Amino acid sequence: MTEVTANTQAALRGGKGGSLLEVGARTRKRHRTERRFRLMGLAAVVFGLLALVGLMTSILSNGLSSFRQTYVTMDVYLDPAKLDKKGNLDPADLQKITTFTIQPLIQASLKTMMDERGIAVEGVDAKEAFALISKEAPAQLRHFVLADPTQIGKTVSFNMLASGRIDGYYKGRVSMESAALDRNISPAQLQLADELKQAGILESRFNWSFFTAPDASDTRPEAAGLGVAILGSAYMMLIVLVLALPIGVAASIYLEEFAPQNRWTDLIEVNIANLAAVPSIVFGILGLAIFINFVGLPQSAPIVGGLVLTLMTLPTIIIATRAALKAVPPSINDAALGIGASKMQAIFHHVLPLAAPGILTGTILGLAQALGETAPLLLIGMVAFVREYPGAPPEGFFDPASALPVQVYNWTQRGDPAFVERASGAIIVLLVFLLIMNAIAILLRRRFERRW
Amino acid sequence: MTSSVLVLIVLGLAIIAYFAGRQRALSLAKRDGAKLHSLPVYYGQSVALFLAVPALFLLGAWLFLQPVLIESSISGKIPDSAIPDGGAKSLVMVDVRRIAGGLSDLVTQGELSEDDLTLMRADATDIRARLATVGVALGSDVSPAVFEVAKEYRDIELTADLVRNTAVLVVALGFGYWAWARIQPKLRARNISETFVKALLMGSSLVAILTTVGIVGSLLFESISFFKMYPAEDFFLSTTWNPQFRGGSDLGFLPLLWGTLYVSFIALVFAVPIGLMIAIYLAEYAGPSLRSFAKPAIEVLAGIPTIVYGLFALITVGPFLRDWISQPLGLGTSSSSVMTAGLVMGIMLIPFISSLSDDIINAVPQAMRDGSYGLGATKSETIKQVILPAALPGIVGAFLLAASRAIGETMIVVMGAGASARLDLNPFEAMTTITVKIVSQLTGDTEFASPETLVAFALGLTLFVFTLCLNILALYIVRTYREQYE
Repeated sequence: MTEVTANTQAALRGGKGGSLLEVGARTRKRHRTERRFRLMGLAAVVFGLLALVGLMTSILSNGLSSFRQTYVTMDVYLDPAKLDKKGNLDPADLQKITTFTIQPLIQASLKTMMDERGIAVEGVDAKEAFALISKEAPAQLRHFVLADPTQIGKTVSFNMLASGRIDGYYKGRVSMESAALDRNISPAQLQLADELKQAGILESRFNWSFFTAPDASDTRPEAAGLGVAILGSAYMMLIVLVLALPIGVAASIYLEEFAPQNRWTDLIEVNIANLAAVPSIVFGILGLAIFINFVGLPQSAPIVGGLVLTLMTLPTIIIATRAALKAVPPSINDAALGIGASKMQAIFHHVLPLAAPGILTGTILGLAQALGETAPLLLIGMVAFVREYPGAPPEGFFDPASALPVQVYNWTQRGDPAFVERASGAIIVLLVFLLIMNAIAILLRRRFERRW
Repeated sequence: MTSSVLVLIVLGLAIIAYFAGRQRALSLAKRDGAKLHSLPVYYGQSVALFLAVPALFLLGAWLFLQPVLIESSISGKIPDSAIPDGGAKSLVMVDVRRIAGGLSDLVTQGELSEDDLTLMRADATDIRARLATVGVALGSDVSPAVFEVAKEYRDIELTADLVRNTAVLVVALGFGYWAWARIQPKLRARNISETFVKALLMGSSLVAILTTVGIVGSLLFESISFFKMYPAEDFFLSTTWNPQFRGGSDLGFLPLLWGTLYVSFIALVFAVPIGLMIAIYLAEYAGPSLRSFAKPAIEVLAGIPTIVYGLFALITVGPFLRDWISQPLGLGTSSSSVMTAGLVMGIMLIPFISSLSDDIINAVPQAMRDGSYGLGATKSETIKQVILPAALPGIVGAFLLAASRAIGETMIVVMGAGASARLDLNPFEAMTTITVKIVSQLTGDTEFASPETLVAFALGLTLFVFTLCLNILALYIVRTYREQYE
């Protein structure tokens, strides 16, 4: 059915288009099909790339704003009559200071400042003006006073978070129209915020506390940070590294260099291939049933997450390590054996060091995969609301903590739309970590790659 | 002494043992004038290994078994009167454990002496308030019976910890001394240490088997207790999924299976043609510069965590589909739908299918292409009539692997597909999948012995069996195919 035979047949029959030099209708049709097919392929590639761009744009456009935050800077008079009634700075009495005693101080300071500068918007009283400041501010102030009671009686300048709605106003999430329908904020309050901004009291700055602060409750999204989640993820990665790397390398050395070809080793190999394909949520069920219910390890603890992720990462590390060991030419091994080294010496002194860059690359990629894993962590209770930082390892491994991807999930389940911005911001942080890990893996591969 | 301190002690002893063993071998050799069989390091190594490995094994096994054994001995001592109506023994056990932990904290902080504790009675002191000072919050007041059990639990635990620490240290020192004492210049230390290391290597490779045993064991064990409480035919054949907090729920599996298959079907319908076309274009048409740029860029999609896709579905794709397609067409008003999850999952699967198919298309020998071109076929005719049929088994394998991944995928469907279990054909309705329900049944605060929680294990088992079959089938097809050109 090719061009030449078709044309020849046509020529024999004496029909039109018999010339080999002339392009017949059929040929044109076939070329059209060819072009169409090729275009479809190109379209598919473009679609794939567009999907990547769309994904990244969506996350970046939603999340970049979480790295900036609106702050209110103002002087607060730490009134001794309220904070230290007895006037003796007794630590036990100071402990009794609540955020409710501090709240009026901030409110009064705000009012004084607004009066001094002549900032006023009709229909906004002192209490409503105070609503522009985050509920986190009194707690922050209380912390400050307890840390240094000698400051009582002085006037101190503070950076306080603005409330989530005000922050959203400057990020385009809240508008005058939406504020009119909102119970938590009114258009008049937004006008006041604009006046404060002009006076330089309200400003938006880089948000360091997003990386250091712990999670915050549903009503104060502006204070929520990733501190506990980053620490929890770091702890889990540490556990995965310490457990999965030695076990994975040991298992690969055995399978690649020592294992006889029999049913047992076959079973092990099939097992590893299977484990690599088991859905991740099944590992979560394993962790819940074995580590939490059977062994009795605490829920939401990095140790359980670390163990589950170790079991998930092992196949990846084993497969990478075996490939790296295989890539070392047998002549190295043979030469070592030839000058009288034992098999163990040949492997540990010669083959393993040469395979090390490949093993390391595989391990980093395995860790990157484990860092982004979410589903199994949901089942072992890492979704819990954790405000306390876990302690230092090894005891800290047993303290409740969160993890980066789970924190993202947790925030998407909250009611306030400000948390969606936080979740996207957290995703950006997660992706940056992954990018760094992958870059290190690529650099290592480039740096140590060797052709035998 | 906590177990982490114990581990550090054992490791410290192992370092000392290494130097002691090495030193002994050297000094014996000097005294007897004999030549050492192995290098001195091996003598040290063998002593250190003998000291550390059995002791750490013992510790590991102990940590694993102790809670189970104590639990089973103590739970018999809880009187029936201490179990609240409608509650379960396991819940009382949780309280017992927390009280015991809180008491230990009180003692370590010096707020309570051991003698006080022995005299302490639940009806005389407000235990709940005292425990609250160390951060142990209890839901209700402590009944005297439960408190006595908690005290006993703590006593047993303390004794067990003491026995454990002694046993581990005795094993470490005993084996260490034995290995040290038998050192002679003629001892084949290298062989001993290498055999030991080899055994360790072998043990590590068994972790994979233990993991599989753990997975199958935990799934089976809990599923069996689920099917004891809930009839299996209702689970597999009923079309209603309606879990109730207070028992009497319908736990039909079919709506979940339908949701899972529907979402996976949409994802595959979307991903397979696009993935395949990408593979064909990159393998057959693209120039080296486009290929070296586009292939890694598309593979980046495979390295992105699924939570990112989940968020993408939640904040971008879901609202877009709702506002631009389903609401104008009157098909639904929900932003989480089968279509949302399916589309996003399709994007996730594209690189998976494209890079597997790319490898397979590249493996088709050039001679087959040349033969086809020689007969005058165009490129697309060659691809459609020669390459694809030759690569078909491999592509089907890739397709099946992608399907198994789609069925087991969790985060995208949790965030994109919704939570209502229904059997519906409209792709713009919210539906739910097996993995979504595993998450929602296990993350609630429900009690652990109820069918509403245990059903998650039965769901997990079905999911495991399902994906396992698909994986095995896929691997079988890929392997059989690969043999054709080798």
